[in-house]
Amino acid sequence: MLFSPWCALEEQFIANVSSPASAARARRSGRVGLATASRSTSDPHPAEMATHELHPNDTLTTLKMESENLKAKLEEERAKLHDVELHQVAEKIEALGQFVMKTRRTLKGHGNKVLCMDWCKDKRRIVSSSQDGKVIVWDAFTTNKEHAVTMPCTWVMACAYAPSGCAVACGGLDNKCSVYPLSLDKNENLAAKKKSVAMHTNYLSACSFTNSDMQILTSSGDGTCALWDVESGQLLQSFHGHGADVLCLDLAPSETGNTFVSGGCDKKANVWDMRSGQCIQSFETHESDINSVRYYPSGDAFASGSDDATCRLYDLRADREVAIYSKESIIFGASSVDFSLSGRLLFGGYNDYTINVWDVLKGNRVSILFGHENRVSTLRVSPDGTAFCSGSWDHTLRIWA
Amino acid sequence: MEDVIARMQDEKTGIPIRTVKSFLSKIPSVFSGSDIVQWMIKNLNIEDPVEALHLGTLMAAHGYFFPISDHVLTLKDDGTFYRFQTPYFWPSNCWEPENTDYAVYLCKRTMQNKARLELADYEAESLARLQRAFARKWEFIFMQAEAQAKVDKKRDKIERKILDSQERAFWDVHRPVVSVSLSTRLWYCTENWTLMRNTSFIDESVYGLQNDVRSHSPTHTPTPEVKSYVCSATFPCHPCSLLSYTEQYMEYDPFLTPPDPSNPWISDDTTLWEMEASKEPSQQRVKRWAFGINEVLKDPVGREQFLKFLESEFSSENLRFWLAVQELKKRPIREVPTRVEGIWQEFLAPGAPSAINVDSKSYDKTTQNVKDPGRYAFEDAQEHIYKLMKSDSYSRFIRSSAYQELLQAKKKVQLLGAPRQRSRLDVDALGPLRAGRHRKSASTLCSSGFRESVDVLSSTAFIPLHVSSVIYGTLLPSLI
Repeated sequence: MLFSPWCALEEQFIANVSSPASAARARRSGRVGLATASRSTSDPHPAEMATHELHPNDTLTTLKMESENLKAKLEEERAKLHDVELHQVAEKIEALGQFVMKTRRTLKGHGNKVLCMDWCKDKRRIVSSSQDGKVIVWDAFTTNKEHAVTMPCTWVMACAYAPSGCAVACGGLDNKCSVYPLSLDKNENLAAKKKSVAMHTNYLSACSFTNSDMQILTSSGDGTCALWDVESGQLLQSFHGHGADVLCLDLAPSETGNTFVSGGCDKKANVWDMRSGQCIQSFETHESDINSVRYYPSGDAFASGSDDATCRLYDLRADREVAIYSKESIIFGASSVDFSLSGRLLFGGYNDYTINVWDVLKGNRVSILFGHENRVSTLRVSPDGTAFCSGSWDHTLRIWA
Repeated sequence: MEDVIARMQDEKTGIPIRTVKSFLSKIPSVFSGSDIVQWMIKNLNIEDPVEALHLGTLMAAHGYFFPISDHVLTLKDDGTFYRFQTPYFWPSNCWEPENTDYAVYLCKRTMQNKARLELADYEAESLARLQRAFARKWEFIFMQAEAQAKVDKKRDKIERKILDSQERAFWDVHRPVVSVSLSTRLWYCTENWTLMRNTSFIDESVYGLQNDVRSHSPTHTPTPEVKSYVCSATFPCHPCSLLSYTEQYMEYDPFLTPPDPSNPWISDDTTLWEMEASKEPSQQRVKRWAFGINEVLKDPVGREQFLKFLESEFSSENLRFWLAVQELKKRPIREVPTRVEGIWQEFLAPGAPSAINVDSKSYDKTTQNVKDPGRYAFEDAQEHIYKLMKSDSYSRFIRSSAYQELLQAKKKVQLLGAPRQRSRLDVDALGPLRAGRHRKSASTLCSSGFRESVDVLSSTAFIPLHVSSVIYGTLLPSLI
């Protein structure tokens, strides 16, 4: 047992290092027993090493060094279990042909930078939010605006459509996430029915409904994510572990899954268990803020887009990064990523006004799309995969197919 | 099950076992399929021969008896001959065979009299793979196989025949023929096949299919035409699982395969969405349900069909419980206590109207949780039921005639229009099923030929289970 006053500090370092203890948690949540079992028996348990007796003489620097050593050891262990590279295996698949993707619809109506958008489950409606506080619900197929709400704050950075299609959630600099029920009566003042659900201590960066209209998952600039009950506004679970602003999150696509992934300014992408609030996996290979994370359709992997101009693919079962999507010619950060329905294509919206389409398995770029006149801030593929929508600082949204 | 087997094997009141004379040789120790069905009807208070057939098929699937002529582990109510499995090989002995054992077995087979015991294609492939995997230990494995072959040679010919067939049946249960090309590739990729089969985390469609194939009736040799990436990885190959998933869903991805009739965003025609919203699911959609239990549960029409099927089997309480718990997790927190109580009363309380079967550990835990109800009160029970559904009900659903009908009903229509789906169907599969060990690559049939074969199949009564799964299996899109 530790009685040293450095206890708390040391624990913080342990928490930040993804130790085999978290690997054990991951094993429970269902990773390959084979891989983790061999890992934990091969070396003296690093976590045990770290919890040795601490002397009052240990300074911050020595603890930091120890933390770095443990991280290096972890990478070593991960590398040992590394078998085949994704690109090697993918060599045997046929390459994709040429793609002809064009803008099929342009949605004009926002008066300022479009910051976020989301699709409705009916595959044609979308909700989008912008810097001037406006949140608009469109029927993207006809390009008609169906609802418009003005939020009391500017920079509405997050918006989400409820699974039933009957409500939208949005938030931003007001540190809150508000839910607006959508009514068929166009004349009704939606703002009057607003319901404040989430309360953070810093800006709201992303929000998403879970499988139902009744729960919302949010992430915030205060470094935490939280799960809320919409009806009562009660906090159901909070998730602590990021060392800086959390910028994005995505829920696992499985019917039985209870996990989500979040990415933050601390360059880390964390996978969380919604039930316990624990971080079960953590990946830190990006060199800058992670702007966007998205699960691979099977739920076994996820991609991230970052300010370091790369997108990366992480395999949850192998517990490591398996692909990097980058080019010398791309120097601007990726603000938003999403997969096509089969997971073969990865669409990335970049700050250099373009959208790059990557072949996920082979790792090469298959297409580059021009059209926006300012940086692309948000990008989502429609629920049935027939098209994707991109929103940009040029005040417009474009549907591509 | 074993009690019933013991009764069956009883000298006086059991099934008559005899030695049948056929052509030049004698077939020792066999009984026919109809014998079993008759005996069951007489001795087990079963009225319906279909039920007896079903029970028999289940027992065969576990390996308690097997047909002597091919690898298909089901029961047929006719003259095909079966043999009992020796108690050494019974599943109750909890002997989960290792890949090394399988390697020794296959090696021994190659050493024996070739004409009689040549390896099937899938066995040859697995032998090659195991040889690569066990390169270091191969000498040792070879020696073991040699020793076993020597012992076998000393035995009486008839005894040897019986033992050989029993051993082969044992391995049919634990290393079934995988008919679906996709699963084959997957299977090659993993060192520890049993680990994959038993691990609970595999709930995603790709691995789900692998699980279900185990209880599938194995069919004839898979089409070796298919490119197989037998990767050199010795650990469970994660990149391969991503590859397989992508490949399986490529035909559903509108960016890669233009949707039928058209992409609404491009053609401005919403027919595609209207078709999806209708209650009639398209063949593509129905096919998707077979990828894994998650696909069925995700699609509302799939759920409905699954529920209907389970209701016909009087086992719908599992699915209803699972759906109820999912609903519970979606409700506002205020409603949780009442719903928990409702679910408890309906499914778990003693004397519940729709009682479900959970293991005692989950039951105790749930009893505790119900006292302090939260959204995750039924988590353990739900997980248990989910696993149960996945391994049992789901595979039966996919093999059920209701599902096959849905799949085939649209197929005929599809074929008239779309030449792009080349079906690789074994011509021989239409005739009486034989041991298909020597069959080489399947022929490619033109669409009209296939149409004929569909009609033939729907009329013959005893084929459905096997051949329809062959059809189903081979209709997965050819590798691009």
